[in-house]
This record gives sequence, structure tokens and C-alpha cells, in this order.
Amino acid sequence: MTETDKSLLVVHNLSVAFGTKDNPFKAVDRVSFHVEEGEVLGIVGESGSGKSVSSLALMGLIDFPGRVTADELRFKTTDLQTLNEKARRKITGDEISMIFQDPMTSLNPSYTVGNQIMEAIEVHQGGSKKERMTKAIDLLRQVGIPAPESRINSYPHQLSGGMSQRVMIAMAIACDPRLLIADEPTTALDVTIQAQIIELLLKLQREKQMGLVLITHDLALVAEAADRVVVMYAGQIVETGPASEIFKAPKHPYTQALMNSLPESSEGKDRLNALPGVVPGANDRPQGCLLNPRCPYATDRCRVEEPEQYGPRGRQVKCFYPLDESGRPTV
Amino acid sequence: MTMTSETQTTVRMPQTPLAEFWSYFIQNRGALIGFCFIVFIVLLAIFANFVAPHHPHEQFRDFILVPPAWAEGGNAQFWLGTDGVGRDILSRLIHGARLSLLIGLVIVSVSLVLGICLGLIAGYFGGFADVAIMRFSDILLSMPALLLAIAIVAILGPSIVNSGLALSLVYLPHYVRLTRASVLTEINKDYVISSRVAGAGALRLMFIVILPNCLAPLIVQATLGFSNAILDMAALGFLGLGAQPPLPEWGSMLATAREFIQSAWWVVTFPGLIILVTVLAFNLMGDGLRDALDPKLKQ
Amino acid sequence: MSEPIMNQTASAESTKKAPIMSGVGLKQHYPVKQGFMKPPGLVKALDGVNFSVEAGKTLAVVGESGCGKSTLARLLTMIELPTEGELNFEGKNLLTLDRETRKELRQRIQIIFQNPYGSLNPRKKVGSILEEPLVINGKLTKAERKERALNLLQKVGLKPEHYDRYPHMFSGGQRQRIAIARGLMMNPKVVVADEPVSALDVSVQAQVLNLMMDLQQELDLAYVFISHDLSVVEHIADKVMVMYLGKVVEYGATEDIFTHPQHPYTRALLSSTPRIDPEHRIEKIQLTGELPSPLNPPSGCAFHGRCEFANERCKVETPALKDKTGESSVACFGIDENRLPYIDR
Ligand SMILES: Nc1ncnc2c1ncn2[C@@H]1O[C@H](COP(=O)(O)OP(=O)(O)OP(=O)(O)O)[C@@H](O)[C@H]1O
Ligand SMILES: Nc1ncnc2c1ncn2[C@@H]1O[C@H](COP(=O)(O)OP(=O)(O)OP(=O)(O)O)[C@@H](O)[C@H]1O
Ligand code: SF4
Ligand SMILES: [Mg+2]
Ligand SMILES: [Mg+2]
Repeated sequence: MTETDKSLLVVHNLSVAFGTKDNPFKAVDRVSFHVEEGEVLGIVGESGSGKSVSSLALMGLIDFPGRVTADELRFKTTDLQTLNEKARRKITGDEISMIFQDPMTSLNPSYTVGNQIMEAIEVHQGGSKKERMTKAIDLLRQVGIPAPESRINSYPHQLSGGMSQRVMIAMAIACDPRLLIADEPTTALDVTIQAQIIELLLKLQREKQMGLVLITHDLALVAEAADRVVVMYAGQIVETGPASEIFKAPKHPYTQALMNSLPESSEGKDRLNALPGVVPGANDRPQGCLLNPRCPYATDRCRVEEPEQYGPRGRQVKCFYPLDESGRPTV
Repeated sequence: MTMTSETQTTVRMPQTPLAEFWSYFIQNRGALIGFCFIVFIVLLAIFANFVAPHHPHEQFRDFILVPPAWAEGGNAQFWLGTDGVGRDILSRLIHGARLSLLIGLVIVSVSLVLGICLGLIAGYFGGFADVAIMRFSDILLSMPALLLAIAIVAILGPSIVNSGLALSLVYLPHYVRLTRASVLTEINKDYVISSRVAGAGALRLMFIVILPNCLAPLIVQATLGFSNAILDMAALGFLGLGAQPPLPEWGSMLATAREFIQSAWWVVTFPGLIILVTVLAFNLMGDGLRDALDPKLKQ
Repeated sequence: MSEPIMNQTASAESTKKAPIMSGVGLKQHYPVKQGFMKPPGLVKALDGVNFSVEAGKTLAVVGESGCGKSTLARLLTMIELPTEGELNFEGKNLLTLDRETRKELRQRIQIIFQNPYGSLNPRKKVGSILEEPLVINGKLTKAERKERALNLLQKVGLKPEHYDRYPHMFSGGQRQRIAIARGLMMNPKVVVADEPVSALDVSVQAQVLNLMMDLQQELDLAYVFISHDLSVVEHIADKVMVMYLGKVVEYGATEDIFTHPQHPYTRALLSSTPRIDPEHRIEKIQLTGELPSPLNPPSGCAFHGRCEFANERCKVETPALKDKTGESSVACFGIDENRLPYIDR
């Protein structure tokens, strides 16, 4: 799938730099992707790969000293970059919503759940108090909270992690957003609760034909939930493609290595196929391809020259020697 | 062994905590100025005998209330002029620095050491020890500091040692509280538990394992406490409860200069100014320390 | 290996049958204040847990947040003493021993924590972190201690020059290696690992798991491996113990648990674990409701509120852990009454 004029969100060469002008640290480096109506885009990568920073940049939430640049940042037909602060906030509240990792700290502990949902409705839709109350109860029911009439009066600390995350989702869908960005929505939760929350998100996404961006470091979760996948490494996108293709036959050595290092992939074998080394930090990014010190297939070319995105639109790989079907590098 | 190949260690270039702290600290201009000034004052205090042009007690009967050297009627012999009995103000200030800094140091050290011990005991053992120590601190805290100091000095009799003791006691609760709070946050961290699993006893846990991790806020508080000590000591001196004449203490210099406020501005201004600048320097340095120590704490 | 440190005299054969460490009826109840004027409540963090682990083997403890996994870890390493129960190490009940012997034996049980950033003293160099247990307990000289520390650094895949560095100069995976090295300084027999890889990235997680498995083979260590990630457990464990709200609901060999889970909760847990390979996926069983609070646990079987097979008996009576074929055991009336559809006989 490639982007069109109908795409919900189009991001082209988005970069976010921190640090000084002379010695910038690119937390996000020329990232391009797009989201269609009614599709789930998964963004995976290890810690520090720039997943959260990219999503914050989309929402216009990167503060000074962070510097955001992009060739294109379009939501439907609106160019997000040329909007003023106020108009942008209107769009990001009304049509794009976001859910964060830690449900416990995303809710204000001093107000009841109902209060917070009703406020979200008031800001964007207005309506009388009674209408908003009915809507809030309805939202809580939609996200599967039992006895919403009484739950609406509870305070966040009276809810478990899973319940709080449901409330966060209720707030996020309060204004019928077209695009929902969920940044590690289940990382703080138990597996059984995670399964419930993911199921809920996917159900809402299908019903409302929303675009859903699911950010996580859990490859298996993305493999199960996403339609298309973007794999990030050290601020850059290394591979994009449909979930079924990527996880069946990864083309980038990093994706392959990540999949191989999962215990699931080395059944019966004693040792896991670990990828050596760690993700480079701010000060130790190598020259050439960022993966080259850890990559089993790296050549001298990889150590000097940076690969571009190769391959057809919609199935791209940032590697000189993309892996073939059998998992070997092509030369 | 095969596993070594997996590590390919990319450790950041080692920077000792001290070096890291210093690089943060010198980025803060105010703190650096404060620090330089303090070093300057300390050097003056140490070498007072060589630097000061005159003996601080020497009374020049012919030069009573001489204005500063640059003012009209000034005398190059007395840069900052002389006081009501003809003593050189500059020399008294320089020797006063010695006295004030020494007192500050003693007061802060006494209350810091005692406070750390009490705070560690309260935080580590909890229970009755905690309740007893904390209630005692609360009682001390509930009285206005200077008033309490005055009361203690009134009982013990006015002298520089007694007022020092009184101020140490007054500052004690701040250090106790700060230490106890840090101990409570550190004590449940995994590294403390690992030491316990390794068999460490109470003393080792308190002083070797936990204490170094509580020091940052204490250092900041001690620096700020230094300026408080100097200020309060000056106040006690001003009230005649601290250093007794003719000792050249900044506060008592101010006190004896009261009668000349109208006629000879320099007698009052210079002791006042040096107190102000020194206190400011300590506060600037304290703030700088706080900022420089903090990023380490967050890790 | 010609390591002078390791005095593993007992051969793997002779220790095979007798567990090196075991617990019987372990209970840990915490009194908690419930606000003003209310009587204090009782959190039954652990409520009658039996376990055993053999040298060179791994017992995995799995379960959701708050089911008492870390509490068990604290009891095993005697950071806390249990309210009730027996804790045996090499055939001796640790809880009734005199102080000296207990202190001695305690050294053989070490712990590794989840958070690699909180478990190393930030003000100490790696060298002194490693040597601390030796300083406290040992009669070794300074040079001997250093030699030992360097030896273990190398064993966990770090370099001698790391000896003089501070913990903040290391990445999460490297810190976990240091924590493992520290745990090994006293020649332990049992290592309790409380979610040792949960905070690590996937690629680093694999490195640390490999290291743990290598060390186990080399030193014949027994692991109590606490985790909520079933795919990791499947790979590393020999026996699995599934806990729910302070109680063991299923216990058995890894293979059995993963191919034929018996308890409905084990089954739900397994099906909720995401899998990358579509062939490994099983139909999702959506549990309704949340983990109940241990402060006022449900009556009867603690799982009945979320269990699709619960009947009236489950709401009143508490099922006991019953031995099944082989070494596995389950606590579920559904099995006793033979009414779980997924178990075909
Ligand atoms: N405000 C900031 N100032 C400087 N650097 C930052 C800032 N925010 C993030 N970074 C850096 O940007 C990089 C990417 O961070 P980001 O939070 O996007 O990672 P992530 O992929 O979301 O990882 P995680 O899985 O840990 O959430 C990191 O190296 C981080 O340290
Ligand atoms: N000192 C204590 N006082 C009171 N309650 C406690 C105490 N320690 C633990 N608990 C309670 O005991 C229960 C079990 O806690 P524990 O930390 O063992 O859970 P866990 O299985 O390790 O969970 P997680 O996966 O979140 O680490 C929890 O409900 C917890 O709130
Ligand atoms: S470009 Fe080279 S180093 Fe980078 S992933 Fe491909 S083969 Fe590896
Ligand atoms: Mg993130
Ligand atoms: Mg735990």
C-alpha cells in the first residue's frame, strides 16, 4: 500500500534533533510513513529507537530545545506544519488522539474519572452537563467497564491498571478521532489484561474505521495486531512492509536478528541467537549504516556509506544487501 | 568463552563522578563566581596575619573615624577608614573573616555530623527511635530559630562558643529531616537489599552503603547552612550575645558601629557589605551545587 | 575448568533426586492499615506455597502482578522471614537453625533483581560492589578478593578494565551482568532471579539469558526464575509453578504445562502471550474482569470470578493442589469433576 491523497496521515522525512546546533543528536532521523483509514500501523523498535519522540513530534509536543523538521506532515488535506498553535491543537485534540504507556500517571489523581472524561468532551464538543454525563457513561460502557454508572464517580487510585487504561481509551475516543496513536498502551499491564486491552483497541478501530498507530517494543504483539509494520533502529526506519510479509521473511538484518533473539524462535535449542552489542546512544553512533558494528553481514561498504531505502514503495529496506526469502543477504 | 564475543562492549568513556560533577558545576556562572569569592575569602582568612595592614586591635588614637582612602580626608594608610576608637576597618574585616568562617564551619560541621547520625538512626531503625528523634526535631523547629538561640545563650552566658553551640542545635533538625527522608527513599532500593543478602550489618548498611547516596542534598543544605550560620552569628553578635569586644567579628563590628550610622557611613557599610556578599556567594554556590548534583541523582 | 573458586564436589547425579532447596506451606501475611477507624486488614501475599528445586535445574514462577512472586523471592533469600512454613536448604530447615549456621548457609542463596538501574550502588565502583560480600564474610586478602572479582567479571563477559568504573557508565544489560557476577561471588548453590530480563531490550535479553544458561551448566546452579513472560519461561525452565493470588494453581514440567495446560488460568495465560509465528498462536481466551485484590480475596477458588468453567462449588470451596500423573499437580475442581472440555482423556 502506498500513500495517496486519501491517506489519513502522511509523514515525509520527519527529523527531531536534540542537543546543540554544532553537535546535534538526531533522536528521529528522516522518518517517513503513512497511515490509512481503518488500518493498524505498528511501529516497533528497541528502547531509544525514537518511537515515542516521533509520535510526540506528530502531536506537536516536542518542546524547545528539540527541533522538528519535515518535508511533509499532512493530516488528511491539512498541512500540520503551517498551522498555528491553536488550529493545530484543535486538530490534535479532535481528530488525532493519543494514549500513553503509564495509565496510572496519565490521569489526574484529584478528579473523578467522570469529571475527566466530561472535561474532554466539553473542550471539543460542548453540550449540557447532563448530555456530557450520558455520553461519558456510554463511553465507559464502550470500553468495557462494568457498572459504568457507579464507576464514573471513582477516583483514579481506586482503579486497577487495566481499568485506568480503559478510562484513558474512553477519553481518547471521546471526540471520535480519525487517528489514534497508542504509545506502548499495554507495557505496564499483565498479559491477560494486555490481551483484553489490545482486543478492545482493535474492536474500536474496526467499528469506527479509525487509523491506529500501535507503538511497542513487543514484536510478537505487533505481529498479531498490526496490518503494516515499521521497524525502527536508532532513530531511523530500517524496514517497512505488511506485517505478514515482514514476520515471514524479514529483509533487514536487524529485523531478522530481533526475531531470532526471541525465545520463541529457538525452540529446542539451548542458547538463544542473541544479537551482540547494544543500541548506540547519543555519543557512539557509528559511521555508515548504524547497524554495522552489530550486523553479521556488514562489509566495508556498510562501515563507510549509509544505505538508502531500497525496494518498492510500501516494502522498503534500508540495507545494501536485503535478505532474500531464505534469510541470506543478496549481493 | 563464547559469551565474550556477544558483549562487544561499547561503554561510554569513563568519567568519574567528580569529573562529571565539576563539568556541570563550572557551566553555572553564578556558582563559579560564588565559589571563587569563597576561595578568595578563605585565603584571606588563612593568611590574615600577612595580608592585613595592621593588627585588628591596634588603636590609632590620632586617626579616629578616618574616612576610606578615596574619600575626602582619607588616609592611604587606612584603605577602608577607621572606626570609633581608631582601628583599621580593613584589618578587622580580614581577621573577622577568619573568625566568621571558622564559626560557620564549626556550627555546620557539628549540626551536620549530629544530624546525619540522628537521621540515619531514625530512618534506618524506625519505630520508637524514629518517633523520639522526629518529635525532638519538631519541637526545635516549632520555635523561631533566633529566639531559641537567644534563649540558649541567655542561659549559658554570652560568648562566642556558647552562641555557636546554640546555633548548632537550632540547625540540627534540618539535617536530621533531610537525612531521614533520603534514608527512607534509599533503604528499600535493590542495592541496599543486595547488601543485606550479602550479610551486611546495620552499621555497614547505614554508613557505607546508604549514606554516600544521601550526601548530595546534605552538601547543598550545608552550603546554604553556612550562610545562615554567618548571618545568625552576626545577628547574635549585633545583639551583643556573640563575640565580645574587642574580637573582630563582623556582626559585633556592626553593633559597635551603630552610633556612627549618621556621621561615619563607612563604619557600618563595610561590615554590612561583606556579610551580604559572603552570604550571597554561599547561596550562589549552594544553588550551583544543587543543580550539578541533581542530574546524577536522577540516574 | 580449572577455576579454583568452584568447589562443586557433589556430582550432578547424586543431587538429582534430593532437591537442594524446598519450601513447605510457606505463608507470608502482611497486616495493612485500612484508613482511620477501620480494623487493620491482612494481605495474604503468600498462602501455603510448596516448592522444590534441584541443583542444575530451573524452577520458573509465573503469574500476574501482585500474585506474590517477589514475596516468595524475599522469603527464599531470607530478606524476610515467613509468617509460617518451612524452608529447607540441603536438608536443613533454615528457619530453625542457629544464627551462625544460618548466616553461613544464607550465602549460598543469592538474588538478582529486575531493575538493573536500582540494584547497583551508584556511589561504588564495580570492583567494590563485587567485593562487598567477600569483605563482609570472608577472610580473603585484598589481592585475593580482587583476583576473584576480575575472574567473575570475565566469566560474565565483561573486561578487567570495567573493574574501576561506576555503574552509570554501563548499559542495562551490562549492569545485569554485573549483578549476576555479584550474586556468584559467594559460590551460591541457588540463585533467585526476580524478573532478571524484564527491563531489558529483546536483543540484550537474549544475551543475558544465554549467560544465565551457560553459568548454570558450568556451576551446576539451581535457579528460581521469576517471570511474567511465558515465552522466556518456556525456553529456560525445567519446572513451572503458576501462581494466582498467593497460591499455586498449577505445577509441572515445562513441556507438560506448555503443551497440555490443565488449569483454566494457565490456559488463559498461555493464550494471551503474543506469538510471532502464526502457527504457535492458539485461540485467545479472553478473561473477563481483573485480578482481584489480595486484601479481600474472593471466597472459594480465587479464580472463580474470571473462570468460564466456574460452578457453585467453586464459589464456596477452595480447591487443593492435587497430584496428577507424573510430577504435576493442579488446583481445580473442574479437573476433579472431569468437566473441563479441553482436557480429553
Ligand atoms: N527531551 C529530550 N532531550 C534529549 N534527548 C531526548 C529527549 N527525549 C528523548 N530523547 C532521546 O531520544 C531517543 C529516542 O527516545 P524515544 O523516547 O523516542 O525512544 P523510544 O523508542 O520511545 O524508547 P522506549 O521503548 O524506551 O520508550 C533516546 O535516545 C532519548 O534519550
Ligand atoms: N510489605 C508489604 N506490606 C503489605 N503488603 C505487601 C507487602 N509486600 C507485598 N505486599 C502485597 O503482597 C502482594 C504480593 O506482592 P508481590 O510483590 O510479591 O507481587 P509480585 O507477584 O512480585 O508482583 P509483580 O509482578 O508486580 O512484581 C501484593 O498485593 C502486594 O501489594
Ligand atoms: S547495510 Fe550492512 S550493516 Fe547495515 S544492516 Fe545491511 S548488511 Fe547489515
Ligand atoms: Mg517510548
Ligand atoms: Mg515482583
